[in-house]
Amino acid sequence: MKGFWKLAWVEIKLYLRQPEAAFFTLVFPMLLLFLFGSIYGNKPNPFFGGRGMVDVSTPAYLAMIIGSTGLMSISITVSSYREKGVLRRYRATPIRPAAVLASQIIVHFLMTLFGGALLIASASLVYGLRFEGRPLDVLFGFTLSTLSFFAVGFLLASVAKTARTANILGLVLYFPNLFLSGATIPKQTFPRALRAAGKFIPLTHVVDLLQGLWAGDALGRHLLEIAVLAGLLVVGVAVSARAFRWE
Amino acid sequence: MPPTTSAIEVDALAKAYGRLKAVDGVSFSVGAGEIFGMVGPNGAGKTTTIECLEGLRSPDGGVVRVLGLDPREDGHELRERIGVQLQQSALPDDMKVWEALDLFASYYRKPAAWKPLLDRLEIADKKNARFSKLSGGQKQRLFIALALVNDPELVFLDELTTGLDPHARRSMWDLVRAIRERGKTVFLTTHYMEEAEHLCDRVLVIDHGRVVALDSPANLVRGLKSEIRILFTAEPGFDPASLEGLPGVARVEKNGEKVIVAGQGDRLIVAVVNALDAQGVRFRDLRTEQPDLEDVFLALTAESGLDGGSR
Repeated sequence: MKGFWKLAWVEIKLYLRQPEAAFFTLVFPMLLLFLFGSIYGNKPNPFFGGRGMVDVSTPAYLAMIIGSTGLMSISITVSSYREKGVLRRYRATPIRPAAVLASQIIVHFLMTLFGGALLIASASLVYGLRFEGRPLDVLFGFTLSTLSFFAVGFLLASVAKTARTANILGLVLYFPNLFLSGATIPKQTFPRALRAAGKFIPLTHVVDLLQGLWAGDALGRHLLEIAVLAGLLVVGVAVSARAFRWE
Repeated sequence: MPPTTSAIEVDALAKAYGRLKAVDGVSFSVGAGEIFGMVGPNGAGKTTTIECLEGLRSPDGGVVRVLGLDPREDGHELRERIGVQLQQSALPDDMKVWEALDLFASYYRKPAAWKPLLDRLEIADKKNARFSKLSGGQKQRLFIALALVNDPELVFLDELTTGLDPHARRSMWDLVRAIRERGKTVFLTTHYMEEAEHLCDRVLVIDHGRVVALDSPANLVRGLKSEIRILFTAEPGFDPASLEGLPGVARVEKNGEKVIVAGQGDRLIVAVVNALDAQGVRFRDLRTEQPDLEDVFLALTAESGLDGGSR
Protein backbone atom coordinates (compact mmCIF):
# COMPACT_ATOMS: atom_id res chain seq x y z
CA MET A 1 0.00 0.00 0.00
CA LYS A 2 2.91 2.36 -0.67
CA GLY A 3 1.63 5.83 -1.40
CA PHE A 4 -1.93 5.04 -0.39
CA TRP A 5 -2.20 7.43 2.56
CA LYS A 6 -0.44 10.20 0.71
CA LEU A 7 -2.86 9.74 -2.17
CA ALA A 8 -5.80 9.84 0.24
CA TRP A 9 -4.45 13.02 1.84
CA VAL A 10 -3.93 14.72 -1.54
CA GLU A 11 -7.45 13.67 -2.59
CA ILE A 12 -8.91 15.26 0.55
CA LYS A 13 -7.18 18.53 -0.34
CA LEU A 14 -8.43 18.25 -3.93
CA TYR A 15 -11.96 17.63 -2.68
CA LEU A 16 -11.93 20.76 -0.57
CA ARG A 17 -10.54 22.78 -3.49
CA GLN A 18 -13.61 22.03 -5.61
CA PRO A 19 -16.12 24.62 -4.51
CA GLU A 20 -19.19 22.73 -5.79
CA ALA A 21 -18.38 19.45 -4.04
CA ALA A 22 -17.52 21.16 -0.76
CA PHE A 23 -20.68 23.25 -1.05
CA PHE A 24 -23.09 20.34 -1.40
CA THR A 25 -21.40 18.28 1.31
CA LEU A 26 -20.51 20.89 3.89
CA VAL A 27 -22.39 24.14 3.32
CA PHE A 28 -25.76 23.35 1.75
CA PRO A 29 -27.02 21.06 4.56
CA MET A 30 -26.18 23.75 7.11
CA LEU A 31 -27.94 26.40 5.04
CA LEU A 32 -31.10 24.25 5.10
CA LEU A 33 -30.70 23.64 8.80
CA PHE A 34 -30.50 27.36 9.57
CA LEU A 35 -33.25 28.24 7.09
CA PHE A 36 -35.84 25.80 8.43
CA GLY A 37 -34.52 26.07 11.97
CA SER A 38 -35.07 29.82 11.97
CA ILE A 39 -38.60 29.41 10.58
CA TYR A 40 -39.86 26.50 12.69
CA GLY A 41 -37.45 26.30 15.61
CA ASN A 42 -37.08 22.95 17.39
CA LYS A 43 -40.05 22.86 19.76
CA PRO A 44 -41.63 19.43 20.30
CA ASN A 45 -44.55 19.09 17.93
CA PRO A 46 -47.16 16.32 17.66
CA PHE A 47 -46.86 16.64 13.86
CA PHE A 48 -43.33 15.17 14.18
CA GLY A 49 -44.35 12.57 16.78
CA GLY A 50 -43.55 14.80 19.70
CA ARG A 51 -40.14 15.81 18.37
CA GLY A 52 -38.89 19.11 16.99
CA MET A 53 -38.36 20.05 13.35
CA VAL A 54 -34.57 20.00 13.73
CA ASP A 55 -34.62 16.61 15.51
CA VAL A 56 -36.36 15.09 12.51
CA SER A 57 -34.55 17.06 9.82
CA THR A 58 -30.99 16.47 10.96
CA PRO A 59 -30.91 12.72 10.14
CA ALA A 60 -32.73 13.54 6.88
CA TYR A 61 -30.00 16.04 5.98
CA LEU A 62 -27.42 13.33 6.71
CA ALA A 63 -29.15 11.33 3.98
CA MET A 64 -28.89 14.36 1.71
CA ILE A 65 -25.12 14.50 2.21
CA ILE A 66 -24.83 10.78 1.47
CA GLY A 67 -26.85 11.28 -1.72
CA SER A 68 -24.62 14.09 -2.90
CA THR A 69 -21.25 12.39 -2.29
CA GLY A 70 -22.50 9.07 -3.68
CA LEU A 71 -24.50 10.11 -6.71
CA MET A 72 -22.52 13.21 -7.65
CA SER A 73 -18.98 13.44 -6.25
CA ILE A 74 -17.78 9.86 -6.65
CA SER A 75 -19.18 9.30 -10.10
CA ILE A 76 -17.98 12.65 -11.45
CA THR A 77 -14.50 12.38 -9.93
CA VAL A 78 -13.88 8.82 -11.09
CA SER A 79 -15.29 9.29 -14.59
CA SER A 80 -13.41 12.54 -15.16
CA TYR A 81 -10.17 10.93 -13.92
CA ARG A 82 -10.72 8.21 -16.45
CA GLU A 83 -11.62 10.58 -19.27
CA LYS A 84 -8.66 12.90 -18.73
CA GLY A 85 -6.15 10.08 -18.34
CA VAL A 86 -5.39 10.51 -14.64
CA LEU A 87 -6.13 6.81 -14.06
CA ARG A 88 -3.90 5.94 -17.03
CA ARG A 89 -1.04 7.89 -15.52
CA TYR A 90 -1.48 6.14 -12.17
CA ARG A 91 -1.50 2.77 -13.93
CA ALA A 92 2.00 3.47 -15.23
CA THR A 93 3.30 3.60 -11.63
CA PRO A 94 3.57 0.82 -9.06
CA ILE A 95 0.48 1.93 -7.11
CA ARG A 96 -2.14 -0.84 -7.15
CA PRO A 97 -5.39 -0.08 -9.00
CA ALA A 98 -7.33 -1.21 -5.92
CA ALA A 99 -5.49 1.39 -3.84
CA VAL A 100 -6.55 4.15 -6.24
CA LEU A 101 -10.21 3.13 -5.94
CA ALA A 102 -9.95 2.60 -2.18
CA SER A 103 -8.54 6.11 -1.77
CA GLN A 104 -11.64 7.51 -3.47
CA ILE A 105 -13.91 5.53 -1.15
CA ILE A 106 -12.07 6.54 1.99
CA VAL A 107 -11.84 10.21 1.04
CA HIS A 108 -15.51 10.49 0.13
CA PHE A 109 -16.47 8.58 3.26
CA LEU A 110 -14.43 10.95 5.42
CA MET A 111 -15.94 13.97 3.68
CA THR A 112 -19.46 12.59 4.19
CA LEU A 113 -18.65 11.99 7.84
CA PHE A 114 -17.15 15.48 8.17
CA GLY A 115 -20.23 17.09 6.61
CA GLY A 116 -22.45 15.05 8.96
CA ALA A 117 -20.38 16.01 12.02
CA LEU A 118 -20.53 19.71 11.12
CA LEU A 119 -24.29 19.45 10.71
CA ILE A 120 -24.86 17.60 14.00
CA ALA A 121 -22.57 19.97 15.90
CA SER A 122 -24.39 23.04 14.53
CA ALA A 123 -27.83 21.58 15.22
CA SER A 124 -26.81 20.74 18.80
CA LEU A 125 -25.24 24.10 19.53
CA VAL A 126 -27.88 26.29 17.92
CA TYR A 127 -31.11 24.31 18.27
CA GLY A 128 -30.43 21.88 21.11
CA LEU A 129 -30.72 18.81 18.87
CA ARG A 130 -32.15 15.79 20.75
CA PHE A 131 -30.72 12.32 20.20
CA GLU A 132 -32.57 9.25 21.50
CA GLY A 133 -30.83 6.50 19.51
CA ARG A 134 -27.88 4.19 20.01
CA PRO A 135 -24.69 5.73 18.57
CA LEU A 136 -23.35 2.43 17.20
CA ASP A 137 -26.64 1.65 15.44
CA VAL A 138 -26.68 5.10 13.88
CA LEU A 139 -23.06 4.71 12.80
CA PHE A 140 -23.93 1.33 11.26
CA GLY A 141 -26.90 2.81 9.40
CA PHE A 142 -24.82 5.74 8.23
CA THR A 143 -21.97 3.52 7.01
CA LEU A 144 -24.25 1.05 5.22
CA SER A 145 -26.15 3.90 3.51
CA THR A 146 -22.94 5.64 2.49
CA LEU A 147 -21.32 2.52 1.04
CA SER A 148 -24.53 1.63 -0.84
CA PHE A 149 -24.66 5.04 -2.46
CA PHE A 150 -20.93 4.95 -3.22
CA ALA A 151 -21.51 1.64 -4.99
CA VAL A 152 -24.21 3.35 -7.07
CA GLY A 153 -21.74 6.19 -7.78
CA PHE A 154 -19.17 3.68 -9.06
CA LEU A 155 -21.90 2.01 -11.08
CA LEU A 156 -22.70 5.35 -12.76
CA ALA A 157 -19.00 5.96 -13.44
CA SER A 158 -18.77 2.46 -14.92
CA VAL A 159 -21.73 2.64 -17.28
CA ALA A 160 -21.18 6.28 -18.34
CA LYS A 161 -18.70 6.54 -21.21
CA THR A 162 -17.82 10.18 -20.53
CA ALA A 163 -17.61 12.44 -17.51
CA ARG A 164 -20.40 14.51 -19.03
CA THR A 165 -22.74 11.54 -19.15
CA ALA A 166 -21.85 10.62 -15.57
CA ASN A 167 -22.57 14.21 -14.55
CA ILE A 168 -25.99 14.20 -16.21
CA LEU A 169 -26.90 10.75 -14.84
CA GLY A 170 -25.85 11.90 -11.38
CA LEU A 171 -27.99 15.04 -11.56
CA VAL A 172 -31.00 13.20 -12.97
CA LEU A 173 -30.86 10.75 -10.07
CA TYR A 174 -29.80 13.20 -7.39
CA PHE A 175 -32.65 15.72 -7.53
CA PRO A 176 -35.62 13.29 -7.42
CA ASN A 177 -33.82 11.47 -4.62
CA LEU A 178 -33.28 14.74 -2.82
CA PHE A 179 -36.86 16.02 -2.99
CA LEU A 180 -39.00 12.86 -3.04
CA SER A 181 -37.18 10.99 -0.27
CA GLY A 182 -37.92 13.45 2.49
CA ALA A 183 -34.25 14.38 2.72
CA THR A 184 -35.02 18.08 2.25
CA ILE A 185 -38.77 18.48 2.74
CA PRO A 186 -40.24 16.48 5.64
CA LYS A 187 -42.23 13.51 4.36
CA GLN A 188 -44.93 14.28 6.92
CA THR A 189 -45.99 17.12 4.63
CA PHE A 190 -46.28 14.88 1.52
CA PRO A 191 -49.66 13.76 0.12
CA ARG A 192 -50.29 10.02 0.45
CA ALA A 193 -49.59 9.21 -3.23
CA LEU A 194 -46.22 10.95 -3.12
CA ARG A 195 -45.25 9.07 0.02
CA ALA A 196 -46.13 5.80 -1.69
CA ALA A 197 -44.07 6.77 -4.74
CA GLY A 198 -41.19 7.68 -2.46
CA LYS A 199 -40.81 3.99 -1.53
CA PHE A 200 -39.26 3.50 -4.97
CA ILE A 201 -36.63 6.18 -4.37
CA PRO A 202 -33.47 4.66 -2.86
CA LEU A 203 -32.68 7.67 -0.69
CA THR A 204 -36.09 7.32 1.03
CA HIS A 205 -34.76 4.19 2.68
CA VAL A 206 -31.73 6.08 3.96
CA VAL A 207 -33.98 8.80 5.39
CA ASP A 208 -36.31 6.26 7.02
CA LEU A 209 -33.43 4.23 8.44
CA LEU A 210 -31.50 7.19 9.85
CA GLN A 211 -34.58 8.97 11.23
CA GLY A 212 -35.73 5.75 12.88
CA LEU A 213 -32.36 4.91 14.39
CA TRP A 214 -31.93 8.53 15.49
CA ALA A 215 -35.24 8.33 17.38
CA GLY A 216 -34.18 5.12 19.14
CA ASP A 217 -35.69 2.36 16.96
CA ALA A 218 -34.00 -1.02 17.15
CA LEU A 219 -32.23 -2.15 13.95
CA GLY A 220 -34.77 -4.97 13.74
CA ARG A 221 -37.57 -2.52 12.98
CA HIS A 222 -35.79 -1.41 9.79
CA LEU A 223 -35.00 -4.69 8.10
CA LEU A 224 -36.68 -3.54 4.87
CA GLU A 225 -34.43 -0.47 4.60
CA ILE A 226 -31.35 -2.48 5.53
CA ALA A 227 -32.21 -5.13 2.93
CA VAL A 228 -32.81 -2.54 0.19
CA LEU A 229 -29.54 -0.75 0.92
CA ALA A 230 -27.55 -3.97 1.18
CA GLY A 231 -29.07 -5.06 -2.15
CA LEU A 232 -28.05 -1.74 -3.71
CA LEU A 233 -24.54 -2.25 -2.40
CA VAL A 234 -24.25 -5.75 -3.85
CA VAL A 235 -25.68 -4.76 -7.24
CA GLY A 236 -23.51 -1.63 -7.42
CA VAL A 237 -20.32 -3.51 -6.62
CA ALA A 238 -21.16 -6.42 -8.94
CA VAL A 239 -22.00 -4.21 -11.93
CA SER A 240 -19.00 -1.91 -11.34
CA ALA A 241 -16.62 -4.84 -11.05
CA ARG A 242 -17.79 -6.11 -14.46
CA ALA A 243 -18.27 -2.84 -16.31
CA PHE A 244 -15.58 -0.55 -14.91
CA ARG A 245 -12.90 0.48 -17.40
CA TRP A 246 -9.61 2.20 -16.66
CA GLU A 247 -9.63 4.09 -19.95
CA MET B 1 25.77 -0.75 -34.51
CA PRO B 2 24.33 -3.78 -32.70
CA PRO B 3 23.70 -3.08 -29.02
CA THR B 4 25.84 -5.02 -26.55
CA THR B 5 23.62 -5.29 -23.48
CA SER B 6 19.92 -4.96 -24.15
CA ALA B 7 17.44 -2.84 -22.25
CA ILE B 8 14.60 -4.02 -24.46
CA GLU B 9 14.17 -7.19 -26.52
CA VAL B 10 11.13 -7.58 -28.73
CA ASP B 11 10.51 -10.60 -30.91
CA ALA B 12 7.52 -10.96 -33.23
CA LEU B 13 5.27 -8.70 -31.16
CA ALA B 14 1.65 -8.79 -32.34
CA LYS B 15 -1.48 -7.02 -31.20
CA ALA B 16 -4.83 -6.76 -32.95
CA TYR B 17 -7.95 -4.78 -32.16
CA GLY B 18 -10.73 -6.82 -33.67
CA ARG B 19 -9.68 -7.39 -37.29
CA LEU B 20 -7.19 -4.52 -37.32
CA LYS B 21 -3.62 -5.72 -36.84
CA ALA B 22 -2.19 -2.73 -34.99
CA VAL B 23 1.19 -4.40 -34.48
CA ASP B 24 2.05 -7.28 -36.79
CA GLY B 25 5.28 -9.13 -36.03
CA VAL B 26 7.59 -6.37 -34.82
CA SER B 27 11.11 -7.35 -33.66
CA PHE B 28 13.95 -5.15 -32.45
CA SER B 29 16.25 -4.63 -29.51
CA VAL B 30 17.40 -1.50 -27.70
CA GLY B 31 20.83 -1.31 -26.10
CA ALA B 32 21.44 0.06 -22.65
CA GLY B 33 22.30 3.76 -22.84
CA GLU B 34 20.81 4.26 -26.29
CA ILE B 35 18.38 6.95 -27.37
CA PHE B 36 16.13 4.81 -29.53
CA GLY B 37 13.38 6.36 -31.62
CA MET B 38 10.29 4.86 -33.17
CA VAL B 39 8.74 6.83 -36.01
CA GLY B 40 5.75 6.18 -38.20
CA PRO B 41 2.56 7.77 -39.48
CA ASN B 42 -0.45 8.13 -37.20
CA GLY B 43 -1.96 4.71 -36.60
CA ALA B 44 1.25 2.89 -37.54
CA GLY B 45 1.32 1.04 -34.21
CA LYS B 46 3.73 3.23 -32.24
CA THR B 47 1.63 3.76 -29.15
CA THR B 48 0.41 0.16 -29.08
CA THR B 49 4.02 -1.03 -29.20
CA ILE B 50 5.17 1.32 -26.45
CA GLU B 51 2.19 0.38 -24.27
CA CYS B 52 3.02 -3.31 -24.65
CA LEU B 53 6.56 -2.52 -23.48
CA GLU B 54 5.26 -0.55 -20.50
CA GLY B 55 2.92 -3.36 -19.49
CA LEU B 56 -0.18 -1.22 -20.01
CA ARG B 57 -1.41 -3.46 -22.81
CA SER B 58 -1.22 -7.23 -23.28
CA PRO B 59 0.21 -8.40 -26.60
CA ASP B 60 -1.56 -11.16 -28.53
CA GLY B 61 1.72 -12.76 -29.49
CA GLY B 62 5.47 -12.49 -29.44
CA VAL B 63 8.09 -12.17 -26.72
CA VAL B 64 8.82 -8.93 -24.92
CA ARG B 65 11.60 -8.45 -22.37
CA VAL B 66 12.13 -5.06 -20.77
CA LEU B 67 15.07 -4.81 -18.34
CA GLY B 68 14.97 -8.60 -18.40
CA LEU B 69 11.34 -8.67 -17.23
CA ASP B 70 8.12 -9.74 -18.91
CA PRO B 71 5.88 -6.64 -18.76
CA ARG B 72 2.77 -8.80 -18.37
CA GLU B 73 4.05 -11.13 -15.66
CA ASP B 74 6.26 -8.70 -13.77
CA GLY B 75 4.47 -5.45 -14.53
CA HIS B 76 4.58 -4.25 -10.96
CA GLU B 77 8.32 -4.80 -10.61
CA LEU B 78 8.92 -3.27 -14.04
CA ARG B 79 7.03 -0.11 -13.18
CA GLU B 80 9.36 0.38 -10.22
CA ARG B 81 12.28 0.61 -12.64
CA ILE B 82 10.94 2.48 -15.67
CA GLY B 83 9.84 6.08 -16.14
CA VAL B 84 6.87 6.75 -18.37
CA GLN B 85 5.58 9.83 -20.15
CA LEU B 86 2.28 8.97 -21.81
CA GLN B 87 0.92 10.53 -24.95
CA GLN B 88 -2.49 11.14 -23.40
CA SER B 89 -2.69 11.60 -19.69
CA ALA B 90 -3.41 14.25 -17.13
CA LEU B 91 -3.38 15.03 -13.45
CA PRO B 92 -6.35 16.28 -11.45
CA ASP B 93 -6.95 19.95 -12.33
CA ASP B 94 -6.41 21.25 -8.82
CA MET B 95 -3.32 19.20 -8.00
CA LYS B 96 -0.27 21.40 -7.42
CA VAL B 97 3.06 20.72 -9.09
CA TRP B 98 4.88 19.92 -5.84
CA GLU B 99 2.02 17.70 -4.66
CA ALA B 100 2.18 15.65 -7.85
CA LEU B 101 5.93 15.07 -7.45
CA ASP B 102 5.62 14.32 -3.75
CA LEU B 103 2.72 11.93 -4.42
CA PHE B 104 4.36 10.08 -7.30
CA ALA B 105 7.62 9.79 -5.34
CA SER B 106 5.66 8.05 -2.57
CA TYR B 107 4.57 5.30 -5.01
CA TYR B 108 8.12 3.99 -5.43
CA ARG B 109 10.43 1.89 -3.28
CA LYS B 110 13.45 4.03 -4.04
CA PRO B 111 12.32 7.51 -5.04
CA ALA B 112 14.75 10.18 -6.18
CA ALA B 113 14.74 13.53 -4.40
CA TRP B 114 12.11 15.47 -6.31
CA LYS B 115 13.16 19.00 -5.38
CA PRO B 116 16.26 18.98 -7.66
CA LEU B 117 13.99 17.75 -10.47
CA LEU B 118 11.99 20.98 -10.22
CA ASP B 119 15.17 22.92 -10.92
CA ARG B 120 16.47 20.61 -13.62
CA LEU B 121 13.18 20.92 -15.49
CA GLU B 122 12.89 24.64 -14.83
CA ILE B 123 9.51 24.45 -13.16
CA ALA B 124 10.67 25.48 -9.66
CA ASP B 125 8.78 28.77 -9.98
CA LYS B 126 5.61 26.80 -10.78
CA LYS B 127 5.92 24.65 -7.65
CA ASN B 128 2.64 25.88 -6.18
CA ALA B 129 0.75 26.21 -9.46
CA ARG B 130 -2.21 23.94 -10.12
CA PHE B 131 -1.99 21.51 -13.02
CA SER B 132 -4.83 23.21 -14.94
CA LYS B 133 -2.96 26.54 -14.86
CA LEU B 134 0.19 25.20 -16.54
CA SER B 135 1.03 25.81 -20.20
CA GLY B 136 1.49 22.86 -22.57
CA GLY B 137 5.27 23.03 -22.23
CA GLN B 138 5.11 23.24 -18.45
CA LYS B 139 2.80 20.22 -18.32
CA GLN B 140 5.26 18.25 -20.45
CA ARG B 141 8.11 19.27 -18.15
CA LEU B 142 6.11 18.13 -15.16
CA PHE B 143 5.36 14.81 -16.86
CA ILE B 144 9.06 14.33 -17.57
CA ALA B 145 9.82 15.14 -13.94
CA LEU B 146 7.24 12.51 -12.91
CA ALA B 147 8.85 10.03 -15.31
CA LEU B 148 12.20 10.61 -13.56
CA VAL B 149 10.97 10.67 -9.98
CA ASN B 150 11.95 7.03 -9.36
CA ASP B 151 15.41 7.48 -10.90
CA PRO B 152 14.49 4.91 -13.61
CA GLU B 153 16.91 2.85 -15.69
CA LEU B 154 14.76 3.23 -18.79
CA VAL B 155 12.54 6.16 -19.78
CA PHE B 156 9.65 5.97 -22.27
CA LEU B 157 8.67 9.21 -23.96
CA ASP B 158 5.60 8.98 -26.19
CA GLU B 159 5.17 11.96 -28.53
CA LEU B 160 7.10 14.16 -26.16
CA THR B 161 7.07 17.35 -28.20
CA THR B 162 3.75 17.12 -30.01
CA GLY B 163 1.95 20.44 -29.66
CA LEU B 164 4.98 22.36 -28.42
CA ASP B 165 6.41 25.42 -30.12
CA PRO B 166 9.85 25.10 -31.79
CA HIS B 167 11.67 26.72 -28.90
CA ALA B 168 10.12 24.44 -26.31
CA ARG B 169 10.83 21.48 -28.59
CA ARG B 170 14.54 22.31 -28.73
CA SER B 171 14.77 22.58 -24.98
CA MET B 172 13.05 19.19 -24.66
CA TRP B 173 15.78 17.73 -26.86
CA ASP B 174 18.40 19.08 -24.48
CA LEU B 175 16.53 17.45 -21.63
CA VAL B 176 16.45 14.08 -23.38
CA ARG B 177 20.18 14.24 -24.04
CA ALA B 178 20.76 15.12 -20.39
CA ILE B 179 18.73 12.06 -19.33
CA ARG B 180 20.96 9.84 -21.44
CA GLU B 181 24.10 11.47 -20.09
CA ARG B 182 22.99 10.23 -16.68
CA GLY B 183 23.36 6.71 -18.00
CA LYS B 184 19.73 6.00 -18.75
CA THR B 185 18.19 4.40 -21.81
CA VAL B 186 15.59 6.45 -23.67
CA PHE B 187 12.87 4.97 -25.86
CA LEU B 188 10.86 7.63 -27.65
CA THR B 189 8.25 7.92 -30.34
CA THR B 190 7.80 10.96 -32.50
CA HIS B 191 6.37 11.96 -35.81
CA TYR B 192 8.84 14.80 -36.26
CA MET B 193 11.64 13.43 -38.42
CA GLU B 194 13.85 16.33 -37.52
CA GLU B 195 13.54 15.29 -33.90
CA ALA B 196 14.47 11.68 -34.60
CA GLU B 197 17.41 12.79 -36.75
CA HIS B 198 18.83 15.13 -34.11
CA LEU B 199 18.20 13.02 -31.06
CA CYS B 200 18.26 9.32 -31.78
CA ASP B 201 21.16 6.90 -32.07
CA ARG B 202 18.94 4.55 -33.98
CA VAL B 203 15.53 4.90 -35.52
CA LEU B 204 12.91 2.25 -36.15
CA VAL B 205 10.48 3.14 -38.91
CA ILE B 206 7.13 1.41 -38.47
CA ASP B 207 4.11 1.45 -40.75
CA HIS B 208 0.93 -0.60 -40.75
CA GLY B 209 2.23 -2.42 -37.71
CA ARG B 210 5.39 -3.67 -39.41
CA VAL B 211 9.05 -2.65 -39.21
CA VAL B 212 9.99 -0.85 -42.41
CA ALA B 213 13.57 0.09 -41.49
CA LEU B 214 15.89 0.12 -38.49
CA ASP B 215 19.24 1.92 -38.51
CA SER B 216 21.03 5.09 -37.50
CA PRO B 217 19.58 8.25 -39.07
CA ALA B 218 22.76 8.76 -41.14
CA ASN B 219 22.66 5.22 -42.53
CA LEU B 220 18.98 5.52 -43.34
CA VAL B 221 19.61 8.71 -45.29
CA ARG B 222 22.59 7.17 -47.09
CA GLY B 223 20.51 4.14 -47.97
CA LEU B 224 17.89 6.27 -49.64
CA LYS B 225 20.15 6.96 -52.66
CA SER B 226 18.12 10.01 -53.46
CA GLU B 227 19.72 12.91 -55.21
CA ILE B 228 21.68 15.81 -53.83
CA ARG B 229 20.84 19.20 -55.27
CA ILE B 230 23.43 21.96 -55.64
CA LEU B 231 22.00 25.44 -56.05
CA PHE B 232 23.93 28.55 -57.01
CA THR B 233 23.65 31.82 -58.85
CA ALA B 234 25.89 32.26 -61.93
CA GLU B 235 26.63 35.17 -64.28
CA PRO B 236 24.15 35.51 -67.20
CA GLY B 237 26.40 34.03 -69.90
CA PHE B 238 26.96 30.73 -68.13
CA ASP B 239 26.27 27.63 -70.19
CA PRO B 240 24.89 24.82 -68.00
CA ALA B 241 25.66 22.15 -70.57
CA SER B 242 29.31 22.31 -69.47
CA LEU B 243 28.40 20.57 -66.21
CA GLU B 244 26.28 17.80 -67.65
CA GLY B 245 29.15 15.47 -68.43
CA LEU B 246 30.58 15.48 -64.91
CA PRO B 247 30.57 12.21 -62.95
CA GLY B 248 27.48 11.82 -60.78
CA VAL B 249 25.49 14.64 -62.38
CA ALA B 250 22.01 13.59 -63.41
CA ARG B 251 20.70 16.83 -64.79
CA VAL B 252 21.27 20.59 -64.79
CA GLU B 253 18.55 23.22 -64.80
CA LYS B 254 19.00 26.92 -65.42
CA ASN B 255 16.39 29.50 -64.66
CA GLY B 256 17.68 33.01 -65.29
CA GLU B 257 20.70 33.38 -63.01
CA LYS B 258 19.76 30.44 -60.83
CA VAL B 259 21.28 27.05 -61.54
CA ILE B 260 20.35 23.70 -60.03
CA VAL B 261 22.62 20.67 -60.43
CA ALA B 262 21.09 17.40 -59.31
CA GLY B 263 22.97 14.16 -58.90
CA GLN B 264 24.43 11.57 -56.57
CA GLY B 265 27.61 10.73 -54.75
CA ASP B 266 29.81 12.20 -52.06
CA ARG B 267 32.14 13.72 -54.72
CA LEU B 268 29.43 15.63 -56.56
CA ILE B 269 30.03 18.98 -54.88
CA VAL B 270 33.79 18.82 -55.38
CA ALA B 271 33.36 17.95 -59.06
CA VAL B 272 30.91 20.80 -59.69
CA VAL B 273 32.92 23.44 -57.82
CA ASN B 274 36.17 22.39 -59.49
CA ALA B 275 34.57 22.52 -62.95
CA LEU B 276 33.14 25.98 -62.32
CA ASP B 277 36.48 27.18 -61.05
CA ALA B 278 38.37 25.68 -64.00
CA GLN B 279 36.02 27.45 -66.43
CA GLY B 280 36.46 30.71 -64.57
CA VAL B 281 32.72 30.97 -63.96
CA ARG B 282 31.80 33.49 -61.29
CA PHE B 283 29.20 32.03 -58.97
CA ARG B 284 27.76 32.93 -55.58
CA ASP B 285 25.19 31.79 -52.98
CA LEU B 286 26.12 28.15 -53.44
CA ARG B 287 24.30 25.75 -51.19
CA THR B 288 23.30 22.11 -51.22
CA GLU B 289 20.09 20.33 -50.42
CA GLN B 290 20.62 16.84 -49.11
CA PRO B 291 17.98 14.28 -48.37
CA ASP B 292 17.11 14.05 -44.70
CA LEU B 293 15.22 11.60 -42.57
CA GLU B 294 11.96 13.12 -43.68
CA ASP B 295 12.68 12.09 -47.27
CA VAL B 296 13.59 8.62 -46.06
CA PHE B 297 10.40 8.44 -44.07
CA LEU B 298 8.22 9.59 -46.96
CA ALA B 299 9.90 7.16 -49.35
CA LEU B 300 9.60 4.20 -46.96
CA THR B 301 6.05 4.81 -45.88
CA ALA B 302 4.86 5.61 -49.41
CA GLU B 303 6.01 2.15 -50.56
CA SER B 304 4.02 0.30 -47.95
CA GLY B 305 1.14 2.64 -47.52
CA LEU B 306 -1.06 3.41 -50.52
CA ASP B 307 -4.03 3.48 -48.17
CA GLY B 308 -2.09 5.45 -45.57
CA GLY B 309 -4.06 7.83 -43.43
CA SER B 310 -7.10 5.62 -43.31
CA ARG B 311 -6.40 4.71 -39.70
